[in-house]
Order: sequence, then C-alpha cells, then structure tokens
Amino acid sequence: MQELSMHILDIVQNSLAAGATQVEIRIRENLAEDILMIEVQDNGRGIPQEVLYRVMDPFFTSRTTREIGLGLSLLKEATERSGGCLKVCSEEGRGTRVMARFQLDHFDRAPLGDMGETVGVIISGNPALDLFYEHQVDGQIYVLDTRGMRNILGPINLDDPLVLDFVRQDIQMGLKKIGAATFPKVMEVLR
Amino acid sequence: MNVEELKRIREKSQKEMDLRSGEKAIKLVVGMATCGIAAGARPVMAAIKDELARQNAKNVSVTQSGCAGFCEQEPLVDVFRPGETKITYGKVNPDKARKIVVEHILEGRVVNEFVFAQDK
Ligand SMILES: Nc1ncnc2c1ncn2[C@@H]1O[C@H](COP(=O)(O)OP(=O)(O)OP(=O)(O)O)[C@@H](O)[C@H]1O
Ligand SMILES: [Mg+2]
Repeated sequence: MQELSMHILDIVQNSLAAGATQVEIRIRENLAEDILMIEVQDNGRGIPQEVLYRVMDPFFTSRTTREIGLGLSLLKEATERSGGCLKVCSEEGRGTRVMARFQLDHFDRAPLGDMGETVGVIISGNPALDLFYEHQVDGQIYVLDTRGMRNILGPINLDDPLVLDFVRQDIQMGLKKIGAATFPKVMEVLR
Repeated sequence: MNVEELKRIREKSQKEMDLRSGEKAIKLVVGMATCGIAAGARPVMAAIKDELARQNAKNVSVTQSGCAGFCEQEPLVDVFRPGETKITYGKVNPDKARKIVVEHILEGRVVNEFVFAQDK
C-alpha cells in the first residue's frame, strides 16, 4: 500500500468487522522528536489474549475466505521500514487499540495520502458509526467528529453526497492549515 | 471542522430531503478488505458516490464488505437490483465504476465486459 491513509482505512475495516460502533483515529506529528504516531482505537469485540501475540503474523486471520491476514502485517512492515514499530493492545469485550509509530522524516516513510477520501469513504459506507478524527502537528490541532456533525445536521444522513464533499474538503483544508506533513521532508526536496 | 459550512449544508440539503429519504431499492457493495483496498477500492467507492450524486440517483445505497475469497479480482463491486440476480463486477477502477453506475444502476443494462460473476 502506497499511502498511510490506505493503511488507516484498512485498520478501521478491522474495527468495523469486530462490530465497533465507535472508532477514533489520532495522528500526531512531533517535529522536534521526528515522530509520526497513528492510533486507531475501537470499541469492538476485542482480541482474545491467547491470539493477541499472533495478530501481526500474516498467517493468522479470523477470515474464512482465505488463510492469510495482511492488514496488520503490512502496516507493521511499513512502520519498520521507516524506523518505527507497531503495537496492538486489546481487551476482550472492550476494544482494540492499534499504535503505529514512524520516523516522520525518514526516506522510506510512506506519504500520508488522501485522509479526506479515507474518512469520507468510512463515513459514507458507515453513516451510523461514531467516528472521531484528530490530527495534531506540534501544538496545532484539527478535529472532525461525526457526533458533532449529526448535532448540526439534524435529520440529514451522513452519507448524503453534500456531507461527503464537506468531509473531504474540510479535512484537506484543515490539514493544510495545521501544516500536516504529507511526504517526508527528504522526499519534498527531491520532488 | 467548519461548523458554519455544515450549517449551510443543512439548509441546502433540507430542501431536498423529501426526495432523498425514500426507499433505497438498489444496493451496491464494495469489497474493502486489505486485498480490495490495496487494489484500489477507495477511489472506486469515491467514484461511485460521486457519480450517483452527479446523476442525482437517490434510491441507491452503497456499503462495504470484507474479502470474498477472490482477491486477484479486486476491487469487486456487487450490484443488487430488486427482482434480479446479483451481479459481481471484477477489477473495477473509477472509470469502470462510473460506467456501471450510469448503464447498470440507472439504465438497467448489465455491463457484461466487466462482469466477474453472476448468481444463477
Ligand atoms: N480491531 C480489531 N478488533 C478485533 N480483532 C481484530 C482487530 N484487528 C485485527 N483483529 C484480528 O486480527 C486478525 C488479523 O488482522 P489483519 O488485518 O492482519 O488481517 P485480516 O483482517 O484477517 O485480513 P485482511 O486485513 O488481509 O483483509 C483479524 O482476522 C482479526 O481476528
Ligand atoms: Mg484486516
């Protein structure tokens, strides 16, 4: 997968498959420490202790359509390729938290990609989901949350095309405003 | 999040609400497991939503599903039309997706060249 935002969409699909009704995506860019943290937390059914240590192994999946599970192992590879690591915490019946750490300015750190499309696609395919997205760059912060959106929109469904356009544009502008890094700086120089 | 813009959308959308709240008779399902996403399911889903909006199609729902076991055919899109058999399109890209929306969803003609499977 070429973009971190594609990985995020994929990790959220795991949450949805686990029956989550709430998903929180938190991205933090710490420029001084050169760290990019991506966290996805859900209130799904969680992962049993006895299999938790195997979830990043491609040969573990609870899917029945094929014998390999790629999502977490691909993300793990993406973190490690760029000087970071992946951690998964989970409690059965409570939920799961996936924490991916990258070196922000590493040559092999994948670009963030289109977060607007990722969040837009999640919302329009799951209009009843409580989704919270927060993106921080040092002190600056951008937030989008579907509960707040529902309060304002009243009877209008979140999968309305106008809402989807809003989500994509709001995220694009919001991330620009806080100066979110799309590509690692070393790559910007070459582009 | 730009609250003022959202309020404007509310005003704008409420005028069209009656039209949109009808029964969603036609169902589209996009495969969104890792295999689907890696093959391009996200822009396909975005293109479907966009084309439906452009064509002003109100009675269509678009949802996501997991892996169907045919990963090399992803992105897969299932179309369910009332009273007809399920059609599964394979190796869909945004252009094909727009064509499927116009010809199959709106005009009712299956786009045979993109069909991967058809329920008997
Ligand atoms: N958020 C979550 N909640 C509950 N279980 C999870 C969660 N994320 C992952 N798992 C478990 O870990 C397994 C491995 O996940 P992974 O994303 O690597 O593969 P997959 O989802 O099975 O298949 P793929 O991602 O290739 O479509 C899943 O099958 C599921 O059992
Ligand atoms: Mg997965």
